[in-house]
This record gives sequence, structure tokens and C-alpha cells, in this order.
Amino acid sequence: MYSEKVMDHFNNPRNVGEIENPSGVGTVGNAKCGDIMRMYLDIDGDGIIRDVKFKTFGCGAAVATSSMATELVKGKSVWQALEVTNKAVMDALDGLPPVKVHCSLLAEEAIHAALWDYAEKNNITIEGLERPVDDIEEKIEEEY
Amino acid sequence: MIYLDNAATTKVSEEVFAAMKPYFCEQYANPSAIYTFAGKSMKAVDEARKDVAGLIGAQPNEIYFTAGGSESDNWAVKAAAEAYRAKGRHIITSAIEHHAVLHTCQYLEKQGYEVTYVGVDEYGVIKLDELAAAVREDTVLITVMAANNEIGTIQPLKEIGEIAKKNGILFHTDAVQAYGHIPLDVDALGIDMLSGSGHKLYGPKGIGFLYIRKGVRIGAYVHGGAQERSRRAGTHNTPAIVGMGSAARLAAADLEENMKKQAALRDYLIRRVLDEIPYSRLNGHPADRLPGNASFCFRFIEGESLLILLDQKGICASSGSACTSGSLEPSHVLLAIGLPHETAHGSLRLTLSGETTKEELDVTVEELKKIVGRLRSMSPLYEDFCKSQEG
Repeated sequence: MYSEKVMDHFNNPRNVGEIENPSGVGTVGNAKCGDIMRMYLDIDGDGIIRDVKFKTFGCGAAVATSSMATELVKGKSVWQALEVTNKAVMDALDGLPPVKVHCSLLAEEAIHAALWDYAEKNNITIEGLERPVDDIEEKIEEEY
Repeated sequence: MIYLDNAATTKVSEEVFAAMKPYFCEQYANPSAIYTFAGKSMKAVDEARKDVAGLIGAQPNEIYFTAGGSESDNWAVKAAAEAYRAKGRHIITSAIEHHAVLHTCQYLEKQGYEVTYVGVDEYGVIKLDELAAAVREDTVLITVMAANNEIGTIQPLKEIGEIAKKNGILFHTDAVQAYGHIPLDVDALGIDMLSGSGHKLYGPKGIGFLYIRKGVRIGAYVHGGAQERSRRAGTHNTPAIVGMGSAARLAAADLEENMKKQAALRDYLIRRVLDEIPYSRLNGHPADRLPGNASFCFRFIEGESLLILLDQKGICASSGSACTSGSLEPSHVLLAIGLPHETAHGSLRLTLSGETTKEELDVTVEELKKIVGRLRSMSPLYEDFCKSQEG
């Protein structure tokens, strides 16, 4: 049911772990629905994401989308990171089964939540970044 | 490969397969035909019916062959509701039924019936006082499974049968997981209808039966022929029926011995998992459970990830997690026994067969320890838990 790329990222997830004193950290999802993602960002003075780590509680797709999302934002500027959409994550994984699309939305939301935390800590505004939703599943239900 | 998903389906035993074989290319006649050639096929169907009936203390003419457990459940529940409509439109069931019963009840609710879903305790045993209190003047059916497919808990059928009998209500039980695995006697337990399936006891897929006690006047499920006393039309699936009969006969011959052997291995597995994997729990009743069922929850991890990693080690298992079912909700059974959502998501069901060995279970436990550890190392819930323990 999963593509080879999804299985690869599930079996060998990239950037698993924590960052001590991160520039930004965001946690999205809830245990009720079975997916929780936490994203840590280390951002330098020029707004470049030097390092990124994640931890995920969830299914194979949840782990794979988290892993792929970290790859897509690593080395990018915060503005480029903002452009990493759930569709970009899905495409990079050669697609997801329809019932797993919400995992890619969660990955996008996790990046945004970590960026929001970074912006708040540094008292800056990142244009185009919206306050992360508390309950991602509610948002998904509205969208589908 | 280590196959620990025998509650999903079992391997057809060599003996059953050998019994079925002549009925494909040699003895292929339609059993209902008049000529001598067909007579042998009908005789084989009759023999199978006796064996299937014998395992539950029923009469052969109370056994109706169907295409499987789900069909039998649908038939029993829908036809009972329809047949006794004049008396009332209320049905009682449990919160942990298989979807073949649960969704049929939900369908009937849309048709104007009322259904009471009686709760279970922490072990998944139906609350008998709640069941008795749910009985009304217009209750026409009580349907409660014999043993649960996910957590293995065996229900107090005798007590349920007594409540049904005392109130003049039909009692149906979905015995798909229990039939051929634990002793069942329809008279002693007061059962009016019982669903069974072939492929859960080393028989073929696509064959099952509904036991309907003599005198229970429910209607036909499939119209269009005189087969199965005109209640379930359609040419007899002779090879499958013969296979089902053979499987029932084999199960009856070694029932006690198989139960003892499997329960001992099951308890060995449960003990090792609970002793060696921290933050794990057993789901279902510790003693009153199917001999081959071991169901666990591991905190801080999710079931589908667990299954994929077990699969990569050649271990076939299943989970009641949301991600394996295509919905976001975890298993209704695990929620009904009171588990919080996050715990219910981390479930694993291992179900043994008569061929399962201790060595296979040892390998499984060793792999499980590594996999659970690995998934926890990347779980934000475990990270939070560890930090809260430190603080």
C-alpha cells in the first residue's frame, strides 16, 4: 500500500531526534487520532535552517512524511521552508494512500508550528505564516 | 515466516484439503440432482452437516450452510428482527461485537429499530446487570458474541441465555472465533442461533453456517431454491462444505488437548511480553480468553508502525489501531474496555495456531522488544513521559 520511498523513509527515517535549545520547536496532532509530530529547528542569524530533527508517534506514513519534511527544509531559508506544502511532501514520497493524506498535512503543520515558535521567540513576523491550529484533525475534517 | 494472525484466518489443514479434493474434478455433481452420481455428493453434504452440528450439540437439520460468518450474522440479526416485528422492534447487543453484527444493528436502526449496546467491564466481559436491565416488552433479540475477535474474552453465554429464556427473547451468538476452539453446547447455553465459519478452524474460506434452533421461525436469507430447507438457496458449495465438516470433526477430536496446549503457549507469550517490555498491558480477560489469543497495548507507540516492522522480520500479526482500519478512530473494542485513545492506538494482536511453537514465540518476543524500543526512541509521547519522570 505504500510506495518504495515511503517505506525507505519509514525504515530509515532521516533526522530523528531532538535539538537542545532549538531556535523553534512545534508539536502538532493529538493522541486521539493517533498522530503526533514534533519538529525542532536550528536557525542561524541569516534565517537559514542549519539543522532539523523530528519525533513522531504515528503510522508508517506519519513517520515517512515527517522524515521527508525535514529533508525538504534542511539548509533552506525560513521563507523557503514556508513553501514546503503537504503536496510537496507527498510528491517527494511518490504519493500516499488517500486515507494517509492527513499525515502530509500534519508534516506541513509541524514545520509551520516550529517556525511560529521561532518567530515568537525572536519577536519577528514571517510573512505568510499563520498561527498553527491547536487541533489539526479538526482542520482536516473541515477541509475534507 | 512466523504466522501469528490465526484469528484472521488459518491455514487449511492437509487432512481437510485431502477431504475436499475429490469434490472439484471427480465428484463434481450438483448434490440436488436426481441421478446416482449426485447422490454421493449429497451424502457428503449430509455427513458434513452432522459433523458441524455435533461440535455444538445441535441436530443436523438445525445447521444451514452459508458463505461465511458475516453472512450468518447478517441473516440471524436481520431475519429475527423482521420475523418478530409484530412483537417489537428492540434489539440488545454488546458494545464489542464484530462489525458483521454491529453494522447490521446500525442498518436496522435506520429501518426504525432500536438497539441497546450493553457495555463491558475492563476485561471485555459484558455487564450482565446492564443486559438484564436493558430488556423491554418489545425486545425481540439478544445478540452477544461467544468470544471477542480482538481481545479474546469469552462471554458468559449461559447467563445471557438464561436472561433471554426468562424473558422469552431469542438469543443469537456470533461464535466465529469460538467455534471449534472452546466447548459450546447450544442446549446447555440456551442458544437459539449461532454463527460459525470454516476458515478460523483450519477449514476453507467462503463457507460458514448458521445454527437455527428447531422452532425458531426466521425467514429465508437467499430465495430461489430448495437448498438448506428453502432458507438459503444456491447450489451447495460441496468441496467447501466437505472441508468445513472435516475441520469440525478434527476440532472435536482434539478439542481439550488443543486448548490446553495452546493456552500454555499463549500464557508463556503473555508472561514474557509483560515481564520484558515495560509499559505494556494485556487486553482482555487473563483467564477467560480464547486459548490462542494474546492481545497487548504498548504505550507511546502506534500499532501500524509496529506491524510493518514485525512484517519486515517475517512476523504476521494484526492491530486494532486506526491506521490499519482506514479510519482515524482506534478499535471500538479497546475503547469499550476503557483504554484512553493513545493507548488503544498501540495495540498488537498475536493469535496462535495448533502449529505455533515456543521457538517462534521466543523469536517474536525478541524482535518485539527491539521494535518497541526503536519506535519509542522516536516517539514524542515517550520523550515527554521520560522528561516528566525525571522532573
